[in-house]
Amino acid sequence: MNRDIVAALRPSLVMTGLFAGLLGLAYPAAITGVAQVAFPWAANGSLVTDHGQVIGSDLIGQAFASPRYFRGRPSAAGSGYDASASAGSNLAPSSQALHDRVAAATKDLAATSPGSPVPPDLVTTSASGLDPHISPEAAFFQVSRVASARGLSPETVRALVAAHVEQPLLGLLGEPRVNVLRLNRALDEATVARAQGH
Amino acid sequence: MTSATLLSGWGLILVFTALVALIAKPFGLWLFAVYEGRRTPLHVVLGPVERGFYRLAGINPEQEQDWRQYALHLMLFQVVTVIFTYAVLRLQGVLPMNPRGLAGLSPDGAMNTAIAFVTNTNWQWYAGEVVLSNLSQMVGLTIHNFLSAATGIAVAFALFRGFARAQTRNLGNFWADLTRVTLYVLLPACVVYALFLVASGVPQTFASLVDAHTLEGAHQAIVVGPVASQEAIKMLGTNGGGFYNANSAHPFENPTALVDFVQMLSIFALGAGLTYTFGKAVGNTRQGWAILWAMLALFVAGASIVWWREAAGNPMLHQLGAMGANMEGKEVRFGAAASALFATVTTAASCGAVNAMHDSFTALGGMIPLFNMQLGEIVIGGVGSGIYGFLLFAVLAVFLAGLMVGRTPEYVGKKIEAREVKLAVLAIVILPLCILGLTAVAVVLPAGLAGPLAKGPHGFSEILYAFTSATANNGSAFAGLTAGTPFYNGLLGVAMWLGRFLVIVPVLAIASSLAARKQTPAGPGSFPTTGGLWIGLLIATILIVGGLTFLPSLALGPVADHLTGAAGLLY
Repeated sequence: MNRDIVAALRPSLVMTGLFAGLLGLAYPAAITGVAQVAFPWAANGSLVTDHGQVIGSDLIGQAFASPRYFRGRPSAAGSGYDASASAGSNLAPSSQALHDRVAAATKDLAATSPGSPVPPDLVTTSASGLDPHISPEAAFFQVSRVASARGLSPETVRALVAAHVEQPLLGLLGEPRVNVLRLNRALDEATVARAQGH
Repeated sequence: MTSATLLSGWGLILVFTALVALIAKPFGLWLFAVYEGRRTPLHVVLGPVERGFYRLAGINPEQEQDWRQYALHLMLFQVVTVIFTYAVLRLQGVLPMNPRGLAGLSPDGAMNTAIAFVTNTNWQWYAGEVVLSNLSQMVGLTIHNFLSAATGIAVAFALFRGFARAQTRNLGNFWADLTRVTLYVLLPACVVYALFLVASGVPQTFASLVDAHTLEGAHQAIVVGPVASQEAIKMLGTNGGGFYNANSAHPFENPTALVDFVQMLSIFALGAGLTYTFGKAVGNTRQGWAILWAMLALFVAGASIVWWREAAGNPMLHQLGAMGANMEGKEVRFGAAASALFATVTTAASCGAVNAMHDSFTALGGMIPLFNMQLGEIVIGGVGSGIYGFLLFAVLAVFLAGLMVGRTPEYVGKKIEAREVKLAVLAIVILPLCILGLTAVAVVLPAGLAGPLAKGPHGFSEILYAFTSATANNGSAFAGLTAGTPFYNGLLGVAMWLGRFLVIVPVLAIASSLAARKQTPAGPGSFPTTGGLWIGLLIATILIVGGLTFLPSLALGPVADHLTGAAGLLY
């Protein structure tokens, strides 16, 4: 038995080293090499730039507090949309803390748009805390607030939202959704365009 | 929830299941070629690598091993790789590719993580983007995503040989199985898969951090890294250890609904394929299909329940005016349907990747993932471990059938005798022993009770889920549990190790005693192991033997959670 262990030791040690080199270094390096040449934008995080400055990632949500912007979902990542500390709330459905948080958020939202039902995604935290999307209902829900904060007509803003609704692939994969960062960028552009038009 | 939405969720489940059945044969044939050691087109490129590895390590791939040698080489390799990754994680602070200057992990944390990745569990007590450097992710962890998957498939191959061969002690060569599966299946598949992921938005860079100035002028630090190369094998090898804390819910790991769907398929691809490989190996593919149908029946039932509960939503939130499906802990791009499906897939298989937070699922929606793991992850299951775990139940089922009709039990041409049944029961019993035993320890000790985030029955569920996930080598969590403590790192480490190797060793022993036996051609008195009766018997055996043991624990956790919730109690 002892001799068997000694005989098994060399392949165990050598194969660990060889596989570490092949799978731990060569494989990720090769993928990185090809990815950086073939898909440089995606490989580096789908970064969105404005006048040369990185303002975020197309795939990562960010915090919006101003009434002039559409808001994303509540976030449990760090102090909110911390893209170096993704996290969900992990609160159970029976949690008092969840109940209180949702009650407060629902009350706040209902005050901004009386009469409309509050979309559930706007009062629940996402799994990652970085969800870049909201549902179309959650976007339309915010139209009147954003329009009045910007002095734009609700129709203009509603049309902008409608243009940003993405549909499920083949009608089956995924849900209808709106990328909040994209929508807000388009909103800024529309506001600037309107100001220049004057 | 409208009935149209409900129906589209069922539609998604059925389309997915049909596709799994469709890809089983091509993946099975691919694996069968490797099982037989046949030359494939990939040998042109990778053949020299394979031979070079053998030469440097002093391995003769033609040299057959009996079960003791096979198990010894396998176990020693696991121990060496645990030590290797432990060292990488401890020394992280002084190793290169660490631009953020992250410190090494604590001894208990590093040991837990090393065991987690070697055992194909990928339990993560830490947040990947917070504590791990790119080097640790790649060299410390990604290699195990390949090697633990290949080890599982190697054990399955050895067991297949036990059924297929006669009057021999030889089960193959562990190093040949390990190397061939890695080089001719996992690596080439992952190269293609990883590039698809990058093209879809998953980052792949050696950079670590991007500083962004958001639209509102705030600072946002965005962690990037070699994500795609890890993501591909994380799914295909049913590992589940994410680059980021949020795992496949993170938009960088799982950016679109299409990627999400492909990720779910890739969790099942090799496990489903191995049912076909088994059929080929024993010379009757209908044997393999019977296994797959039994698995898929259990799968569809589970997925349907999760979707039904998640679509119904949380009545507590409905009362507040937030109607609709349960969206706490779910991503908008996936919605409740794809989240329910993913949760079922990842726990039916031994993956443990998540695209939604299971802890925030409804009580009964979260019970199915728990139950899937308690069955031993044999519904498709982990790569290799799913099929060998399932075959333990098949051995048990023919034994029970034999008792009922008074015949000598046979399965795929081999008589099943007392030794195999005893070993199968030993391998099956380790699951309840570890899960229930260690949960019981944790709920009476202060160090254990300090863990749960939730109070009430859901707090118990969080602890139960942790030991279930660790013992079954899944790796998903009711992540409210604070598990990064010496108590949980230690106990969960023990659970992962026992749950992996106290199954693998008996499986190899079964393979050995089957291989030594003569082939018994099926006669008119043999119990047929292909038709609907057999599939029903299999499912019944799995549910009664595998499931019933856990019923009391489920009653204390999710069922109590559901009932108190229905009564309007909050904790």
